[in-house]
Amino acid sequence: MSRNPYVREVPRTTWYMRNNRYIRYMLREVSCVFIGLYAASLTVGLVRLAQGDNEWTHYLNGISSPTGILFSLLAFGFACYHSITWFNVTPRAMRIPKGDGFVPGPAIVSAHYIIWAVVSLVFLLMMGVL
Amino acid sequence: MSQRQITFEILRYDPETETEPRFQAYCVPCEEEWVVLDALNYIKDTLDGTLNYRWSCHMAVCGSCGMMINGEPMLSCKAFIRDLPAGTIKVEPLYHFPIERDLVVVLDDFMDKLESVKPYVIPKKQRPIEDGPYKQTPKQLHQYQQYSMCINCLLCYAACPQYGLTPEFIGPAALALTHRYNLDSRDKGRRQRQEVVATHEGVWECSFVGACSEVCPKDVDPAGAIQQMKIASTADWYLEHLMPWRRS
Amino acid sequence: METIESDVVIVGAGGAGLRAAIALAEADPGLRISLLSKVYPMRSHTCAAEGGAAGVARSDDSMDLHFGDTVGGGDWLCDQDAVEFFINEAPKELTRLEHWGCPWSRETDGSVGVRPFGGMKIKRTWFAADKTGFHLLHTLFQTSLKFESIRRFDEVFTTDLLVSDGRIQGCCAVEMRTGEMKQFLAPAVILCTGGAGRIFPFTTNGAIKTGDGMALAYRAGVPLKDMEFVQYHPTGLPATGILLTEGCRGEGGVLRNKDGYRYLQDYGMGPETPLGEPVLKTMELGPRDRLSQAFWQEQKKGNTVPTKWGDCVLLDMTHLGEARILERLPFVHELAHAYAGVDIVKEAVPIRPVVHYMMGGIHTDINAATPLPGLFAAGECACVSINGANRLGSNSLTELLVFGKRAAESAVKYVRSGTTKVDRAAADQQANAAEARVQALFDRPESTETMTAVRNEMTHAMETGAGIYREEAMLKDTADALAKLRQRQTSIALRDKSKVFNTEFTQLVELGCMLDVAQAVAVSALARKESRGSHQRLDHVERDDETFLKHSMAHYQGEDAPRMDYLDVVITKSRPGVRDYSGAKS
Ligand SMILES: Cc1cc2nc3c(=O)[nH]c(=O)nc-3n(C[C@H](O)[C@H](O)[C@H](O)COP(=O)(O)OP(=O)(O)OC[C@H]3O[C@@H](n4cnc5c(N)ncnc54)[C@H](O)[C@@H]3O)c2cc1C
Ligand code: SF4
Ligand code: FES
Repeated sequence: MSRNPYVREVPRTTWYMRNNRYIRYMLREVSCVFIGLYAASLTVGLVRLAQGDNEWTHYLNGISSPTGILFSLLAFGFACYHSITWFNVTPRAMRIPKGDGFVPGPAIVSAHYIIWAVVSLVFLLMMGVL
Repeated sequence: MSQRQITFEILRYDPETETEPRFQAYCVPCEEEWVVLDALNYIKDTLDGTLNYRWSCHMAVCGSCGMMINGEPMLSCKAFIRDLPAGTIKVEPLYHFPIERDLVVVLDDFMDKLESVKPYVIPKKQRPIEDGPYKQTPKQLHQYQQYSMCINCLLCYAACPQYGLTPEFIGPAALALTHRYNLDSRDKGRRQRQEVVATHEGVWECSFVGACSEVCPKDVDPAGAIQQMKIASTADWYLEHLMPWRRS
Repeated sequence: METIESDVVIVGAGGAGLRAAIALAEADPGLRISLLSKVYPMRSHTCAAEGGAAGVARSDDSMDLHFGDTVGGGDWLCDQDAVEFFINEAPKELTRLEHWGCPWSRETDGSVGVRPFGGMKIKRTWFAADKTGFHLLHTLFQTSLKFESIRRFDEVFTTDLLVSDGRIQGCCAVEMRTGEMKQFLAPAVILCTGGAGRIFPFTTNGAIKTGDGMALAYRAGVPLKDMEFVQYHPTGLPATGILLTEGCRGEGGVLRNKDGYRYLQDYGMGPETPLGEPVLKTMELGPRDRLSQAFWQEQKKGNTVPTKWGDCVLLDMTHLGEARILERLPFVHELAHAYAGVDIVKEAVPIRPVVHYMMGGIHTDINAATPLPGLFAAGECACVSINGANRLGSNSLTELLVFGKRAAESAVKYVRSGTTKVDRAAADQQANAAEARVQALFDRPESTETMTAVRNEMTHAMETGAGIYREEAMLKDTADALAKLRQRQTSIALRDKSKVFNTEFTQLVELGCMLDVAQAVAVSALARKESRGSHQRLDHVERDDETFLKHSMAHYQGEDAPRMDYLDVVITKSRPGVRDYSGAKS
């Protein structure tokens, strides 16, 4: 038989370098790592608090050091990136019927932002920041 | 008339004489309003009759002419040259499919998957013709209409990294079509289809990269369809486990 | 050579072929069905149909009205028994398609919506937005996947019919991915290979519409009927020939010349109707042949708009408003935007008549049977004839369904009649000869003749001599040119010697088919010295029922031009009358 279909291998480890779309996707996935690390650092903080004043101050010094702040900023940036990219695709995963059609996408996205803002506000209030 | 000389680098492969593909360059005098397919036809008609590719409708509806243009999956009959960045245009067969010859890829895998999801109305019982058409309100039609627009061009498979890495994945178009029938008010076959799609090779292989929907020329939004199916499958699971009496 | 034995072979997996396959599988699950297509089924050109499919649906409509519109639209060249059968079956077939999942557009109460088309007294076109053919094709294809007995051979290119003993024995086809010839043995073959618009330069037809099946049947001795009747669609985009559906006018779009004047009122289709209130069978909703002819007249008067791709008139839909356009004509909106750079919500789009449909085709009777026992034909490649001298828009999609099914039923009956044993020795001999012919194409000595030159000269000859208006001298030139091109074609050498997916090879076979079909068109047109429907002669301007209320039959004569003879038209209840598309009628 004269056929001999040629299979182009997908690079196993570097496939996401092939285009920007994949890179954006990888960033979204990687954002979990930072969010996870941030959560871990909070947990460590709790443990330190339980261990006593000394440990707690030590911890506070740690997170307010330049590296600590940089890490927090990075984690915050990734958290925002993650939330925003997710909010933008929500209308496609949840279609809410309305009339003969559906609730328009931007309305659903805005609703997410509003809820995000309200929840953040409530927390900030509870924490006495505002 | 404004003509431009444009170089096309086209991936060529003849399995009878070559062991692997190679690029070949052609210089084409392009008209302002041409699409890439027009340039390919020019090459075939006047420069090199041995170039092979699929096309038919030239109006973005038959789904034959998908290829990688500058690394992006596109319908060559809808890829206007004026919209592409200046310079050489690179044309390759759709990624993630074996190359049969030149720009022609092997579609067997997709055709099998399409068949496996039972893409037809499975009614509760056969409706006699004398009973006339079903009633289906515009609202019910809208439920699935978007997912019925797929032209099987497979750009989404070429864009999907999961399909590239895990060829067992049923993939965007076939899953969107499954969703289309599941949502049709005339259909009662969802359970049968779930056996195929609510699996690891089905919706759960998808990690929502969303590339499929970005490249889809018909706004089918397969990524959206898959997420909706995930939600529905999850709901099924909870209903079954929390309310076992509902299991039929 | 691999041999595949079946009970019925279907060549072509467009609307007609798929409908036939499903009908066969439903008739008897034990039947072995082979479905051959040179492209994957969903690539078939049925997918390009936009407007809709006709079938009586409303209580204010009736079978008689649909009959009247069809027969009058066809300028009385339709076989009326076939039309009656067609019209009775139409609503059932469209309903069946609904049950199979076709997403027909709906009224608010959930019933199927209908829209008006040109030449219709009452709205009766079922539509799925403006992608009717696409949905029809995909619904049929997907439904066909249910049936295990349908064995598909995708991208398998049929090159020859096997005939011996005065009966069909099967066909030969090249599998494109291997380049290997396969022999398909079967007592019955159904041809569903679609039209041949590609014999003209400007056409709405896709690259695959090259008249293969017509040529195969013709060469096997089956006459081609009414080939001179070629429908121009009045509203194609100039550069690409892409169609803007008649639905544009059904929804209220109007045609204007360069002065913005609605010129149709000057050609017996007036008086002018108010904007946005289309009146059936009047002005823009006149029949296609009349509209295309009016364009030609305006062009002669210098009233058309010159564009880079020739003269155009303007299709104006701006008064319909964005919402209606997006709901009813989304595809038109997309096409005009992409391929003409025009936003139809805001501007009129330049259009011109383009070749659209072949009314003629393989001669069949009302049962879709050709005179060659065992050979059936349905769809655009066949001529039953329900389309007469001018097809009524949206009858064709319905025809695919009605006669696709009919062909299947006739084939089953024929196969069961017991008189159909395949003559293996004779078939083998023919298949070997067919394979040798294919090999000979590869072995031709190099020459300076090119496929492109021959193809371009053919389409040019067709456009100049056999276009919207025709006359003796020009037609003769065209016929002569075609005879020469057929000769020249035999010296084209293939540069691509590979067996695998060799489209240069398939194009060469297609070119041979197109030339045979084109010659049948030109010679039939030359012989018909009258004007009827889409066939308009400047030197014979009147319809002549005395001599020409007859079907033309072109018989293949090898290298010579076809021999013509004529067959009476079947008239059951409607005597030829005047086609009146002015607003003054009842
Ligand atoms: C742009 C456009 C719009 C239209 N709109 C409408 C409309 O609104 N309403 C309406 O009623 N009609 C419409 N028509 C007409 C109608 O769509 C066609 O007449 C009809 O679809 C033809 O269907 P078919 O099944 O006969 O052929 P096709 O769908 O063309 O299929 C032909 C099949 O034959 C196969 N084939 C051909 N040659 C070979 C070979 N050598 N070997 C193997 N297989 C072969 C092909 O692969 C294909 O599968 C439109 C036509 C066009 C072009
Ligand atoms: S979902 Fe879109 S991209 Fe994928 S095959 Fe269908 S039309 Fe093409
Ligand atoms: S040629 Fe049909 S989709 Fe491009």
